[in-house]
Amino acid sequence: MKKQASAVIIGGGVSGCGLAYCLARRGFHDVVVLERDYLASGATGRCGGGIRQQWSTEENTRLAMESVRLFGQLDEELGFETEFEQGGYLILAYSEEEVEQYKKNVAMQQGLGLDVRFVDAQEAREIAPHLNTDGVLCATYCPGDGSANPFFVTQAYAEAAKRLGVEIELFTPVTEILTRGDRIAGVVTPRGRIDTPLVVNAAGGDSVPLARMTGLDLPIVPTRHEIMVTEPVDPFFTTMVISFRHGVYFRQEKRGGIIMGYGDPEEKPGYNIDSSLKFLRAMSRKILNLMPALHQVKVVRQWAGLYDSTPDALPILGPVDQVEGFIQVNGFSGHGFMLAPKVVDLLARMITGQELDLDIDRLHLNRFQAGDISRDLSVV
Amino acid sequence: MDEKTIICRCEDVTYGQIIKAIDEGFTTLEEIKRMLRCGMGACQGRTCLRLISQIIAERTGQSIHEITLPTARPPAMPIELGVLAGKADSAAGEREPGGGPR
Repeated sequence: MKKQASAVIIGGGVSGCGLAYCLARRGFHDVVVLERDYLASGATGRCGGGIRQQWSTEENTRLAMESVRLFGQLDEELGFETEFEQGGYLILAYSEEEVEQYKKNVAMQQGLGLDVRFVDAQEAREIAPHLNTDGVLCATYCPGDGSANPFFVTQAYAEAAKRLGVEIELFTPVTEILTRGDRIAGVVTPRGRIDTPLVVNAAGGDSVPLARMTGLDLPIVPTRHEIMVTEPVDPFFTTMVISFRHGVYFRQEKRGGIIMGYGDPEEKPGYNIDSSLKFLRAMSRKILNLMPALHQVKVVRQWAGLYDSTPDALPILGPVDQVEGFIQVNGFSGHGFMLAPKVVDLLARMITGQELDLDIDRLHLNRFQAGDISRDLSVV
Repeated sequence: MDEKTIICRCEDVTYGQIIKAIDEGFTTLEEIKRMLRCGMGACQGRTCLRLISQIIAERTGQSIHEITLPTARPPAMPIELGVLAGKADSAAGEREPGGGPR
């Protein structure tokens, strides 16, 4: 392992590996990625793989739209098949309140150039056959939304980064972040120390204890989210379906398994990522309500990961006022995978002093002190 | 056993693919599972994971006792959504318990 580097990225998920690649591509090669476990072992590899552009805030929508464009080029650029597909996202509305909110969302999204529209219950059933639309007033549909394989995207970025000279150290946790005055000086691992003026905190829920090593408090609440997947059945729909009313999302993977999750409002903050019987039962009831035809389909596996949730459900990106040389790429609140391609491109531009083609000043940590936040409402 | 021997029957992963993955640096079961999907199918690795542990041990010179098995994920065997949801019409007996996909 190197003894010094121009930058150390903590976290071998999609953000850490993606940023390492983008930095190296811009000529910033002397980078080490430190991963506590194996690549994508945290939130990235535990997520549902969905890629959505339908958000209620302009920040998330813009980042997601640009990311979708980049996802479309990734296989060719990185020489790796990441299973990116644009199967669409269908978001169901059950109340007048939801309809009103979605009208605002769609107007904003269309204003940014997104191909998104309202569909009625019947069209929703055509997009997602067997969907129970009882009580559905309408839905929004974006055919360009989709999914990709989070392991493969991370691996693709990692391999491309390595080809450009980046070192990726697996099974190497950071035990200490060294500072000199209010500047970053290095990191300590069980395998030795690396001196560096730049540390990137891309560790998902674990960004909080890492930041605390420098005395910095991040307003991130780690919260378990559970997911499960069924045995494969013949493919019959490509879209992700979201019901905020039920707190549910689900889609059918290309291999046929139906992957689904829901956000339990009673979930307590913390680092627990055990699987629960409560989820297995509640999720089964919810999915059978939405798609009763699945009642004989078998669940093969459940797992869980952490949302690193911020008060406005928007990520914390860029440097911080308190510690010089300490870059944050965290607080994605459950949608870090889908935003990663554009986020890492922007941060690489920022670190290498190049021009940003999308303004992310509003995603600076200091927005929480100023109280200048408006929450993204489209979070499952 | 040759390159074409199927090691993971649920996901059709061959001995050759596993050897290639190990040689590319994926030397833990968790990594091989994620790259090749061994252990993600209907049997959840009951057949293949021990075989793959053995292959990793042979290929990397580690003792088989040093190879960590992936986290065991519930449910212990595939269960119908209708049974989990507690619906009366789940017809649990109509298919073989633990039967394969489709």
